[in-house]
Amino acid sequence: MAPLSVTFQPNWLEVLMSPFMRNALIGGTLVAIAAGVIGYFVIVRGTAFAAHALAHIGFPGATLAVLLGASVTGGLLVFTVAGALTIGALGKRADDREIATGTVLAFATGLGVLFASLATAGSTTVTNVLFGSLLAITSQQLVVFGVLTALIVLAVVAVFRPLLFASIDPLVAEAKGLRVRLLGTVFMVLLALVITMSVQVVGTLLLFGLVVTPAATALRITARPVLAVAMGSLLSLVAVWVGLVLAVMFNLPPSFFVVTVSTGMWLAALGATRVRHGRPRRADPPRASRGADLP
Amino acid sequence: MGSVNAIELDGVSVARGDRVVWSDGTFAVEPGSFVAVIGPNGSGKTTLLQLVLGLLPTRTGEVRVLGSVPARGNAQIGYVPQSYGTVNGDLVRTRDLVRMGLDGGRWGMGRPSAEDRRRVDAALEAVGAQSFANRRVSQLSGGQQQRVAIAQAIVGSPRILLLDEPLANLDIKTQREIVDLLGVLRERLDLTILVVVHDLNPLLPQLTGAIYLLDGHAHYAHIDDVVDEELLTHLYGTQMRVVRTPHGDLYTRSA
Repeated sequence: MAPLSVTFQPNWLEVLMSPFMRNALIGGTLVAIAAGVIGYFVIVRGTAFAAHALAHIGFPGATLAVLLGASVTGGLLVFTVAGALTIGALGKRADDREIATGTVLAFATGLGVLFASLATAGSTTVTNVLFGSLLAITSQQLVVFGVLTALIVLAVVAVFRPLLFASIDPLVAEAKGLRVRLLGTVFMVLLALVITMSVQVVGTLLLFGLVVTPAATALRITARPVLAVAMGSLLSLVAVWVGLVLAVMFNLPPSFFVVTVSTGMWLAALGATRVRHGRPRRADPPRASRGADLP
Repeated sequence: MGSVNAIELDGVSVARGDRVVWSDGTFAVEPGSFVAVIGPNGSGKTTLLQLVLGLLPTRTGEVRVLGSVPARGNAQIGYVPQSYGTVNGDLVRTRDLVRMGLDGGRWGMGRPSAEDRRRVDAALEAVGAQSFANRRVSQLSGGQQQRVAIAQAIVGSPRILLLDEPLANLDIKTQREIVDLLGVLRERLDLTILVVVHDLNPLLPQLTGAIYLLDGHAHYAHIDDVVDEELLTHLYGTQMRVVRTPHGDLYTRSA
């Protein structure tokens, strides 16, 4: 293949049917569902930066696992959950501590590079963690993904209303007797599980496009909580599936197409709902007097 | 329940960390009262609400809310915190926010029952918010957002309503509308209302009394005794006058 040439693969359908593609499709589907479900709460809680941070904290976990000959999923899991508990313990203001968080991120990434170098893992492992390795998902990983996704979905369904209340309206929720802090920690741990999986699909650097962007797109379109969650998952699924098909068609990395589809949908939603979201600030005339409005 | 006081304090002092915020709180607020909570910045007005909500322990003394020790999650209290408009209003519909006041603490995703839906509709109706029930909260004006917050607070049919600075950032006309609404709700729902405010004037037509936090002590008095030049001057730290118009309207102003 000549440099800078993108070639269409005429046998793409055949490739899609192959066993390793089956793993990629199933793995991608599981991760997309989990990402969509948790993504809604990432937006509602305003913890997008924490999601990004956890992905970076996972990087040294993955490379350390390679160094020790352990499973990459395990390494990611330990580091992201530990990071989630730390951020949870710091409380709500952790997201405001941009400098501290940014510094920790840089340090974590540095550690990741060190471990990768010590492990002489070669650039493939590092690239896989940073940019995802959807096409390299093993059947063993699929089992782990299945268990984690089931756990995440069940947990989110169980705490849905209290978590939403505590996220949107923490002061009233606390007065109502909800364990706001505990719910926050539970959420962070679930987020860590999602990130452990998502890193293996789109990688540390592109994770935002799978976990946060589809949920943000859904929330532009609807504010109904259950509908927004369902739509976020659906949009994540679309991004992963369409991304995979395009990746096979053009023999290019799936991560690129996944985040491209996800970004495209987001831009479309932004454009389509721009008028509706023009928000009046306080002290303006009551809008009820302006006649019919959007539903 | 008629004879049980809505809120009763006996020798109460309250602290944040090592700092005593106020002390010597001994008074009783009768059911059906409409009470302003006033005092300079940092005098412990929000602290008083937190005490009643069971979010903060007393340092000394006892608090009784409808005859019981305050406890978090008391369904008899509706609460509207300060700066309500700053919630993540772009992400939630008015109706869903109100519904949280009813079932926000329950497990699961849960579709609202017909009865719950009726109660949400009734709360929206009571504050005049039906017309924007399906809009996102961020699309509402400040006054509308305050109405929604009140709807959420009353949807669980509380006996006591606590509001923290509900009139902040509202224009005069809207302030008046909110005050009138609170007056109507107090009668219709048989509520006791406590409102933290900086300016007594918008509330004067409705108030029955005021809790004032002065020189580190908490006092409670009938509104006629609070609207007093000497007391208000002391309270606000600036010369105040009380004016009665020929129509009988009462207001306070800095001299």
